[in-house]
Amino acid sequence: MINQSTDVTWVEEPEIGFWEATFLPAIISGIKTTLGHVGNGKTVTQQYPEVKPNLPLHYRGIHRLNRDEQGRVKCVACMLCATACPANCIHIEAAAAPPEWPDRDKFPATFVLDELRCIYCGMCEEACPVDAIELTHIYDMTGETRESLNLNRERLLEIYDQTKDNPRDPIRTRRGKLGPAAEFVDLPAVGPATAVGVAERSAKTSSPGVIRPMGPDPNK
Amino acid sequence: MPKATVNNQVIEFDASEQLNCIQAAKKIGFEVPHYCWHPELSVVASCRMCLVEVGDTKPDGTVVMQPKLVPGCQTPVKEGTVVLADSPKVKAAQAATLEYLLLNHPLDCPTCDQAGECGLQDYSYKYGRGYSRLQEPKNQKPDKDHIGEQITLFTDRCIMCTRCVRFTREISGTAELFVTHRGTKEEIDVFPGEPCDNKLAGNVVDLCPVGALCSKDFLYEQRVWWLNSAKSVCPNCSTGCSITVDQNEDVVYRLKPRENPQAQGHFMCDEGRFGWKYQQREDRLAYPEQREAGRVVSYGWDDILPALRKQLQSTKGDRIGALLSPWMTVEEAYLLASFLTEISEHVRLAVAPAAIVGSDDRYPKDFRGQPLEPTKFTIRAEKAPNARGVDAVLKHFAKSPLTMSDLLAQASSGKLDALYLVGGDPNGWITAQQADAVKKVPLVVVQDILPSAVSPLAQYLLPGGTFAERDGVFVNHAGLAQEIHRAVRCPEGARPDGRILWDLSGRPGLFNAAQLRKEIAAQIPALAALHAGKLGDCGVWLSEGKTPSPPVTHLAGANR
Repeated sequence: MINQSTDVTWVEEPEIGFWEATFLPAIISGIKTTLGHVGNGKTVTQQYPEVKPNLPLHYRGIHRLNRDEQGRVKCVACMLCATACPANCIHIEAAAAPPEWPDRDKFPATFVLDELRCIYCGMCEEACPVDAIELTHIYDMTGETRESLNLNRERLLEIYDQTKDNPRDPIRTRRGKLGPAAEFVDLPAVGPATAVGVAERSAKTSSPGVIRPMGPDPNK
Repeated sequence: MPKATVNNQVIEFDASEQLNCIQAAKKIGFEVPHYCWHPELSVVASCRMCLVEVGDTKPDGTVVMQPKLVPGCQTPVKEGTVVLADSPKVKAAQAATLEYLLLNHPLDCPTCDQAGECGLQDYSYKYGRGYSRLQEPKNQKPDKDHIGEQITLFTDRCIMCTRCVRFTREISGTAELFVTHRGTKEEIDVFPGEPCDNKLAGNVVDLCPVGALCSKDFLYEQRVWWLNSAKSVCPNCSTGCSITVDQNEDVVYRLKPRENPQAQGHFMCDEGRFGWKYQQREDRLAYPEQREAGRVVSYGWDDILPALRKQLQSTKGDRIGALLSPWMTVEEAYLLASFLTEISEHVRLAVAPAAIVGSDDRYPKDFRGQPLEPTKFTIRAEKAPNARGVDAVLKHFAKSPLTMSDLLAQASSGKLDALYLVGGDPNGWITAQQADAVKKVPLVVVQDILPSAVSPLAQYLLPGGTFAERDGVFVNHAGLAQEIHRAVRCPEGARPDGRILWDLSGRPGLFNAAQLRKEIAAQIPALAALHAGKLGDCGVWLSEGKTPSPPVTHLAGANR
């Protein structure tokens, strides 16, 4: 669309007066702000990892794949998440559901989510027609190789098992109605997702290890 | 010319056209939604989706509308007919019809393969309502995976348009499918022990406007909105069915027929539909090889092609032989033949015979399997896409083209110093016995896609591309020249044949099929019809020089 001349507003640079040309008013107001912070006694620094941040309710961490009532993967491999994904980080191979699942046609034979490629926008969660993929509050995930953060179906189901009873990560959405998460106003601080040894400093904090350590425990 | 009125617009049509309301509306570019009607099949007017208001113009000029809505597919349009396809009454009927069709539909679009190209989805979005008023449980019917070797039926998705049943009765004539039970219990089924395995069976999947009949080959492989289509021509027989090659990320997933009244109509056979899997074979020739005394000395195109050109150019002209393949495109045959005849007019050019398997297979068939008149579909015995095109090129460059056996006889008697063999037939084009004949030739060049008896004997092995990887023109049995377009890239190391031959000829720039066609048309009178370069979706006739009329393009959801 070509801009019309009526759409354009011309703004002139304001004239600089005498005091502004000396820069003194700007310097004084800057010093005032700085001194105000020096003297007010409020702490701004977060003592992470000893103190966990109080994340907002809509915080988007790593994904999980929910299970249905029978413990099967809820995902039906419709690939709408992969279609919606702007980072192209979801790779699904579908297959016909096993004969023991008469109510299902299709299921994900493989489901690989590249957590490093993901931009945590939450579009997958929004696209999912069966509420199978959800983002949890886990944010501190580490791995030794890039491949180790290509989470597969089993790993994503494992995260579901770990987080489903956590008050911060209830099953948020149900078909047609909002899940219990809609009623929460405040949630406790989240614990670390990576393995925490008993002797480590972060284990001695007020909320240690709310989420079970993932992967093989280095302390075992 | 008779005149009729559709949506208050006057249309003119030929008296011989025999239009129904759907076709008449298409003349003004208006889509009348329909499921059960298909131009190739008989009219049953059972889906009720195409209900329109129809009236007649009386001699005194007054228009009298019929009080009831009528099915547009069944109502002929004649002089003075008035069709209203967008009135509130029609729209209400369409919404009501869709609501009925969706009553027992499982709405499992996320797991349905048809989602994205589904007539029910498209029309619901366009004409339906956004919610269901049904409060009862849906009528669930068990799925049937025994319909055919390649076909599975999701019974609960079916809307009983019976296109598939009519196809097996009217086009293939094999009549495997039928409707069992009546009313709400209606289902498509086959007779016990008699699956729908005829050679045209795959078409019922395309005809199904919803996701009820699905192809087992494609089931759950891809979501259709990820697929990119290239217009192409099926290479498996000389009928030259117009197709689309559907691919995603350089992997071909399926072939679908494309409507072309000049070539085959609306359908394609299963031999072609599933006969492209060699494109993904593990043992495809992957790298060019230059061999000296049995040892590979180079794998690089940049070394091999100049070396080969030099070696061919230094060979005495009448001691060079070349065997062209009916699987080459016209452009490739032209590039090779013109390159070799530039070296010498006396090069010996031959073309391999197209494989003939059985005899032409005509449909529909009767109860005993005998073809019935009129023929509606033919699977030809000649299993090569371009025998006529290559022949036309060869006749231009060689006054008396040799046969393959003549050329090989000359090779075995030591009359040749260089032999350029082009393969391309995935079902094999040379026997081990014939391959023995080339052992006496010092320079053997093999350009092929799959290993054959002759590929270990080659001094130069040039891996080419399949039909899905090339650009060019195929000329079918009747002399219809149609374009094929590249859908996917060749495997790493292989190159499309056109590019190989372009680089081998030492021509400057890049291979461009459309541009080359103009050159061919100027040079070869028999192929003068290619002068436009771009031949359009339906191709051009070589002999009559007439451009075929544009196809009656299908409305959304109709040719699926």
